[in-house]
Amino acid sequence: MERRLMKGNEAIGEAAIAAGCRYFFGYPITPQNELPEYMARRLPEVGGVYLQAESEVSAINMVYGAAGAGARVMTSSSSPGISLKQEGLSYIAGAELPCVVVNMVRGGPGLGGIQPAQSDYFQATKGGGHGDYHLLVLAPASVQELVNLVREAFDLADKYRNPVMILGDGVLGQMMEPVTIADPVPVASLPAKPWATTGAQDRPANLINSLYIDPLELSAHNAKLIAKYERMAREELRFERYCADDAEILLVAYGITARICRTVVDLGRQAGLKLGLFRPISLFPFPYAPLADLIAEVGVNKVICVEMSAGQLVEDVRLAVEGRVPTVLYGYPGGVVPLPAEILSRIKGEGGANGVRRS
Amino acid sequence: MLHEIISAGFGGQGVLLVGQTLAYAGMLEGKEVSWYPSYGPEMRGGTANCTTVISTGPIGSPVVSNPTALVAMNQPSLEKFLPTVKPGGVVVYDQSLVSSNPALLRSDVKMIGVEAQQIAARLGNSKVANIILLGALVKAAEPVSLTAVQEALKMVLPVRRHNLLPLNYAALARGAEIVA
Repeated sequence: MERRLMKGNEAIGEAAIAAGCRYFFGYPITPQNELPEYMARRLPEVGGVYLQAESEVSAINMVYGAAGAGARVMTSSSSPGISLKQEGLSYIAGAELPCVVVNMVRGGPGLGGIQPAQSDYFQATKGGGHGDYHLLVLAPASVQELVNLVREAFDLADKYRNPVMILGDGVLGQMMEPVTIADPVPVASLPAKPWATTGAQDRPANLINSLYIDPLELSAHNAKLIAKYERMAREELRFERYCADDAEILLVAYGITARICRTVVDLGRQAGLKLGLFRPISLFPFPYAPLADLIAEVGVNKVICVEMSAGQLVEDVRLAVEGRVPTVLYGYPGGVVPLPAEILSRIKGEGGANGVRRS
Repeated sequence: MLHEIISAGFGGQGVLLVGQTLAYAGMLEGKEVSWYPSYGPEMRGGTANCTTVISTGPIGSPVVSNPTALVAMNQPSLEKFLPTVKPGGVVVYDQSLVSSNPALLRSDVKMIGVEAQQIAARLGNSKVANIILLGALVKAAEPVSLTAVQEALKMVLPVRRHNLLPLNYAALARGAEIVA
């Protein structure tokens, strides 16, 4: 298969089209603009629809409509824009509709900045909007993995009738790496969606709805959703271990920070430090048991959680570690990407602190 | 084999293109590559840089603390990145745009000053200064072959600009000649 050098944002677009996505609704924001640009150019070529909405709020509600009609549909944004989409995401999760949402995270809160960050972890994994719901959240660490997970995301969204979020960051969106993109799925071959509102001519009417006035009905609906999230936790855990089998100090990081930590592990091992890395790929469901098992089976005596935020991932890591070994946070919020050498010197006790930045 | 190359200068000089060409060339040679640009509210005349990693194995961090090579097209870029270059590394800089300050130079890296603006002017197009520096870098640090760079230029330059390929090849060759 042909290897192409592609920017992360553009690769997402091509992977989505190959997965059968024909509808994209969005609104521009840095650092993900190459994705809607790509879709604007490519979707009309494959008979699809690209539409720039007047706001993120309308874009997510267009996604709601297209998903209800049974389409493979996607939207993307970056942090402030994803905040605007939370109400719609809650409705889509409540109405049990499949769609794929990309968040190329930038620093916050508020308008924040445009540089890479991971500070939307809570929002992505714990619900984000109102009500008891979860997105299925996948965090790629390379452009090729981005491509693979986008393909998978559409299938998972259909499998669970649930929105799937690809949680990236400015680095992943802007960087170029060689990728191969699997052959396109023929749209006609996609599984039927008998629940979709496609015009009830020879069947009872379908209803897309998230309103349950009767509390007993709503609690039954909640129970159904909870069972779905529990099934995700059984069937969709994804993670990677790197040099973990004899690690004394275990780094835990996701996304681009995990790539940086991989280099930290290599540099540390050259210097005689037994470093290892655990990389969650599914952030919801979070791989609590695989992380706990790793700590139990290997003589890890310290866990270091590295994230481009002020301490969000670390809360799930601590839930997994359950106090068995000390767990510390190396948090780098605000949009400055930590370099391998500065993480390593901090591990060696040569200085560095949360929120304290190199020039 | 791991090459970590930072290319930096003013916006508009083609420093991002230098990195992209290296990345394409590495990919054409079957290697792993990553290219990451600085991005932001940058404007014409502001500073820009990118990091290109070329490796025979999987690439960890696409951002680097200590590059093995640096291409600097202006004074601020040289001042910012020179101290970070690994000992034994290669530094190619545009001598026409950098004031000669001995205190700025390092003896533990291979410093290659190139009069890129003048050479480019003699070739008839000041815009190829970046390719002259690229030629010098490829000859000195050998992250990829010059042949692969020639092939990569066909991919980086849009087809409607392929009339400029002979000029770019000449610039590449002139840069390489400077390195003994």
